[in-house]
Amino acid sequence: MPLLAPPDQRGENDLNVMEKACPHHESEANEAPDAAAAPEFWRSFNELADTAPFREALHREFPALASEWRDPVSRRNFMKVMGASVALAGMVGCTKQPEEKIIPWVQPPDRTVVPGRAMYFATAMPFGGEAIGLLAESQMGRPVKLEGNPDHPASLGATDIFAQASLLTLYDPDRAQVVTNAGRLTTWDGFVKAIGDEMAGQKLNAGMGLAILTGAICSPTLKDQIAQLLKRYPQARWYEYEPSRSQAAGRAGDPARPVYRLEKARRIVSLDSDFLESRPQNVRMIRDFAFGRKIRAGDEGTAGATAMNRLYAIECTPTLTGAMADHRLAVKPSVIKQLAKDLLAAVQSGKPTPAQTGSPDDAAAQFIAAAAADLLEHRAESVVVVGDHQPASVHALAQQINMAIGAVGTTVNWVAPANDAASATAGTLSDLVNEMRQGRVNALLMIETNPVLTAPVDSNFVELLTQVRLRIAHSLYYDETAYYCHWHLPASHYLESWSDARADDGTATIIQPLIMPLYQTSTPHDLLLALLGQRDTTARDTVREYWRGLGLSNDVDWQAAIEKGIVPNSAYPSVKPPTARADESSPDGDSPASDGFEIVFRPDPSIWDGRYANNGWLQELPKPLTKITWDNPALISIDTAVHKLKLAPADNPSKANGRMVGIKYRGRSIEMPVVVVPGHPDETITVHYGYGRNRAGRVGTGTGFNVYSIRCSDAMGQDAGAQIEVGSTSYPLACTQEHQMMEGRDIVRVVPIGLFGQASEHAPESPQQTERDLEGVDAESEQFRKIPLTLYPEYDYSSGHKWGMSIDMTSCVGCNACVIACQSENNIPVVGKAQVMNGREMQWMRIDAYYTGEAADPQGPYFQPMLCQHCEKAPCELVCPVGATTHSSEGLNEMVYNRCIGTRYCSNNCPYKVRRFNFLQYSDETTPVVQLGHNPDVTVRDRGVMEKCTYCVQRLNETRTDVKRLEVEYSLARSPEQKQAIRAEIDREMSRLQTACQQVCPAEAIVFGDLNYKDPAGRPSDVTRMHAQPHSYGVLTEYNTQPRTMYLSRMRNPNPALAPDVKTQNVAPHA
Amino acid sequence: MAYREPTDSYERYIPAKTPVIEPGHDYESVTEKISGLVLTQHTGRWWIVGFFISFLLVNVLFISIAWLLYKGVGVWGINIPVGWGFAIVNFVWWIGIGHAGTLISAILLLLKQDWRTSINRFAEAMTLFAVASAGLFPLLHVGRPWLAYWLFPYPNTMLLWPQFRSPLMWDVFAVSTYFMISLVFWYVGLIPDLATMRDRAVLKPIKYIYGLMALGWRGSARHWHRYETAYVLLAGLATPLVVSVHTVVSLDFATSIIPGWHSTIFPPYFVAGAIFSGFAMVLTLTIPVRAVYKLHDFITLRHLDNMAKVMLATGLIVVYGYFTEAFIGFYSGNEYETYMIRNRMFGPYAPGFWSLMLCNAVVPQLLWFRSIRRNVPLLWAISIVVNIGMWLERYVIVITSLHRDALPSSWGMYYPTIWDWGVFVGTIGLFLANLFLFIRLLPLISVFEIRELVSRQPEAGNLSEDEGKDNAMIPGIKPNPAGGDA
Repeated sequence: MPLLAPPDQRGENDLNVMEKACPHHESEANEAPDAAAAPEFWRSFNELADTAPFREALHREFPALASEWRDPVSRRNFMKVMGASVALAGMVGCTKQPEEKIIPWVQPPDRTVVPGRAMYFATAMPFGGEAIGLLAESQMGRPVKLEGNPDHPASLGATDIFAQASLLTLYDPDRAQVVTNAGRLTTWDGFVKAIGDEMAGQKLNAGMGLAILTGAICSPTLKDQIAQLLKRYPQARWYEYEPSRSQAAGRAGDPARPVYRLEKARRIVSLDSDFLESRPQNVRMIRDFAFGRKIRAGDEGTAGATAMNRLYAIECTPTLTGAMADHRLAVKPSVIKQLAKDLLAAVQSGKPTPAQTGSPDDAAAQFIAAAAADLLEHRAESVVVVGDHQPASVHALAQQINMAIGAVGTTVNWVAPANDAASATAGTLSDLVNEMRQGRVNALLMIETNPVLTAPVDSNFVELLTQVRLRIAHSLYYDETAYYCHWHLPASHYLESWSDARADDGTATIIQPLIMPLYQTSTPHDLLLALLGQRDTTARDTVREYWRGLGLSNDVDWQAAIEKGIVPNSAYPSVKPPTARADESSPDGDSPASDGFEIVFRPDPSIWDGRYANNGWLQELPKPLTKITWDNPALISIDTAVHKLKLAPADNPSKANGRMVGIKYRGRSIEMPVVVVPGHPDETITVHYGYGRNRAGRVGTGTGFNVYSIRCSDAMGQDAGAQIEVGSTSYPLACTQEHQMMEGRDIVRVVPIGLFGQASEHAPESPQQTERDLEGVDAESEQFRKIPLTLYPEYDYSSGHKWGMSIDMTSCVGCNACVIACQSENNIPVVGKAQVMNGREMQWMRIDAYYTGEAADPQGPYFQPMLCQHCEKAPCELVCPVGATTHSSEGLNEMVYNRCIGTRYCSNNCPYKVRRFNFLQYSDETTPVVQLGHNPDVTVRDRGVMEKCTYCVQRLNETRTDVKRLEVEYSLARSPEQKQAIRAEIDREMSRLQTACQQVCPAEAIVFGDLNYKDPAGRPSDVTRMHAQPHSYGVLTEYNTQPRTMYLSRMRNPNPALAPDVKTQNVAPHA
Repeated sequence: MAYREPTDSYERYIPAKTPVIEPGHDYESVTEKISGLVLTQHTGRWWIVGFFISFLLVNVLFISIAWLLYKGVGVWGINIPVGWGFAIVNFVWWIGIGHAGTLISAILLLLKQDWRTSINRFAEAMTLFAVASAGLFPLLHVGRPWLAYWLFPYPNTMLLWPQFRSPLMWDVFAVSTYFMISLVFWYVGLIPDLATMRDRAVLKPIKYIYGLMALGWRGSARHWHRYETAYVLLAGLATPLVVSVHTVVSLDFATSIIPGWHSTIFPPYFVAGAIFSGFAMVLTLTIPVRAVYKLHDFITLRHLDNMAKVMLATGLIVVYGYFTEAFIGFYSGNEYETYMIRNRMFGPYAPGFWSLMLCNAVVPQLLWFRSIRRNVPLLWAISIVVNIGMWLERYVIVITSLHRDALPSSWGMYYPTIWDWGVFVGTIGLFLANLFLFIRLLPLISVFEIRELVSRQPEAGNLSEDEGKDNAMIPGIKPNPAGGDA
């Protein structure tokens, strides 16, 4: 097959060839979600005409399916019908790759592979230029669950939503499965041969015109391969582009970067940093942040912990960080730099007072002065964290503040990669665009990047791309970029790949595959090997060779590094912080305040920059604050919605949710719905990019709105000058929590830290919380519980286990990781937008976000993970006519799926509404590849069956089995030493037992265990001690449900110098 | 001669009564008139049109059920938190409608209210068909209807029994017993009339069919004796069911912990509501049938008047229930209860609540006026309003209680889908189609009981004036007043 069409057929003709050959092109032409997202380039004369007959022809091509794409449920049907054939076609077309032996184990195999017993392998997930270490659970050769690697510095045993959901991507039937050339199916060998010819041609002029565009690379081996390539083709260029990353945070040319140590910080100021959300560092950041917020009364001689860190957040768009902050200042983006300057001045002055600062108004001045005073008071125990997307000048200011308060070296370290020559040579996307504009790129290779979607709109990337002679895309999906390329090479998922990856502090992990590639896919290493002409080398050999020179010289070390999941001593060395670049003249972020709205661009919290658009778990994951799924509405403040845009009455601002507005910005416009978010600054609009894709796959195509269509290269993060026009129409949004006001109910208890341990004499936080917080109520409710308010006898748990859970709402940051972990562990289906709109989402766990106070000016949000409470007197159990939900001898409230006939009475009678019902056939039980990903320990539920959290009963069963076996051994053991060893083993098993949500939680907010259990020293289990805490309470105990899941009240640590209402106050820009 | 003026001071304290049936009838005319509706009269055009429309609706029901079984209960608008929607609303509504039939035939029989005679047959048929329509819903609304038989306690290899603590379980017993007793009661009451039909039918096959159904009734004194004994026994059995069935249905709600459901007023309030709606439905159906078949002689204004009075009385009990619910909601000081009441009154379903108040609390007050009770078109309109009101009541109870309960995070809304409406309208079709068939194929008024009444009318000649008066005040059942034609 010729690599290129003859010269006279280039350009549009190329595309025509592709179109005829590949039915995908035509079938998808009619599914552009809106006019803005439609390709600006016609692909045939018919399309140019865009006539009715043409559209009809498109429909006729797939008449039965043409309309099915829109409705997720129908789409699911379609997936069922087509999935099997597509997957099988892929399998048949797959050339089996040479087998490689994978030996390493995290726990060395003392038994052989036992069906039904999971094995764990260490690996890592690359994400946006950094990696998070994982332990992948393998059941009979299939990865079915991902956990964090406790040894990995970016994970510490926890993970985030993306790592959890990446498993679903592995088994996504929409992944590209076959190499295509001009739309025709071909083979990897065909590509290797063709690229060999091409590279021979490139050799003649030293690679002049050869360009490689990648996403941010965290694989040192890949960087090394690129460096080799650039060495062999000196005129070739490498460009790196990560849509969600600004150039500011110590990038190109200045590789030093800050690594925060929040566990040592007692005072934290966030300068528009959503460090609890911003991937991929957030997992460790949450762990460290929560470490300073574990408020515990001492028991049995332990000291307890009553000190708590204090977080000041100065931010624009409300984030999880702002939600957790003890004081939050909501400001327009243009004000942040000024506030950073003020904070620096205040800190430098030594004794800050509000009058000194030049802040825009009183509230901000007070805030800055109080924060500065607090920082100074806790010198070397405080830190300023700055947002990644803030301009370099703000980073410089933050660095200066950190130096002034003695944070550097204690709460913030600077590291710099050693021997990273390749990164220094990497250009940016704008460099590439310049080259392309001048016609100096004749062959462009795009690896795991999707610039056709993500490139700034002012770069006209598609137009420039179509002028490149040879275009090759290497990606997981046949995406927007692949569509415009001559060759598309399906990429292997990281769970199918050999590679390596560095965490943000430099710690390297060897990525080992968990499964043979499901399809005819390749890794970027394979691709580089093909470019380099090294046909006999494999990706594994390449990685192995690279590390041979860097400490893993012998196979024992190599094996150990793979087993452990980290390469020893690979972390970057600490360096002195670079001299602060107080780049006052930098134009970014200094955009003058104008009449219009300021606009903030952020990656979507669920599907990030769009790369997870086809991941159903993430699409259906409620956004942390708005609880919207399947869409990316623009966010505005209550005041803006009520008074400026007049979208809603003042007493019910949420009426504005879903109203369409037109955002006009730099001559472009986009129409999208708005959602009101408490705490958003006025006259500012936040838009999230990543949605509105038209080639994502069956799940992601056509969801949301493409914000990339207005994002420009010089204002990737924020800008001023947007105009908003109110439309008359509304857009249906699928929201899982439409009502976020707490209605004055005693659901989340919020208590200032000063009251901890005091029974009386405390200032009210709000009336209903005062009466009930701390000892007063709980003593009362304890007493309440002792009255036999039930006809039925008490259960007896004196022998055996008695499970219980405690959730610390002071630690919980609302990151949603538990929701996805639960979904992954328990085979929970995705239901689609229409079903979510109808209140039928299936997640067993949800994070409720509540606000208190008046609807027009609410306080909050406060997060409360809500799952089955496993009530001792469960209202659901009594009402089931067939006894399908029962009480176990260990105190679990169990669902017997087989017995359930689906009366839904149990759900009606559940005051927590944590039960989920299969109203339709939600589980995909037919698509073969989807079946591979199911957890074999958990039943896949059919339609008409109720389901809910089981406390991960499958994990309990496994531990119980092991413990029972050990107990038998214990009883048979002769010598005391043997008994002691077995006893230690039992304790290890018990302490290893974790529910999925507990295991994934970066904040360690969830504690689960046996309330009967005592360790050899007689100490009760962690969960027993949590339940005994003075601030532990049960939700809705007035119903006499006696829940097994208890909550620790949300503690706040407000600064007495600041009025509490500053928390969500708005600050106007410069007068 | 419609009725006598009171003649002595004693009678002045007793409300004057119109006779139960219009005068001028003898045994022959009664039998001729009622059996003739089935046997000799041509099928009327209105019957054909009415039956055709009902039959179309039955087909809507079949289609809705087929789609429901094929796709799952998700075709309805139910969700979490509103796990029960139209299906339960309609179930309770239909069961309630059935109650009037049992009340009229059983309780009024035991209380010797002879005015019931003209309407009891029809009301019993209505009960049966209403309960049949109601019975569909619990089966259809479960997630896996093909396993609904697990609700019954039957010996099985899994050694599993239903869970007797669940009110849904009690429901199964209550409703199935009710249906059974109603069916037997209705059929036993039909036997003498079936014999009459047998004897009057001309065509052989029809004679044969009625003959089979008449179970060899010959009208002997022994037959009558046995019949009366059985009928009164069955009435005695059916009487507690009037109270128990809707009590059990109300316990589905009352035993739960949902604010708005968890209420001790529910059993009496539901029973009163059931009788209220049942009489409304009897009126809604009787008035047109009376007009079309010209049954004014048998279903007199007194019947309508009495039924309107029962409606007024039970309606007032229902209103008292509403008041108590609201009062307790605030008086309890329970924030969930208080919110529930406020939400009913001013929340998203407030229009439903206020329409319910209009239909059930305000409009029936017109029935205080005798002139309105005797204004047939107006009475008919009020009965329809009450039917709608009682449906709304169940809607308000089921939906508004569920849609906003304890945790605001799980609050949601319920919107019925086309398939919700399809099943609902379809059961109305099933109900009407059954009634049309009943009207066409069986005597819709009890022939022999009317003859019994005729026998007691003074002008029938076999009773003295005084005896007639006594009977009007203290009506009684006299054994073997007329016998069959045989």
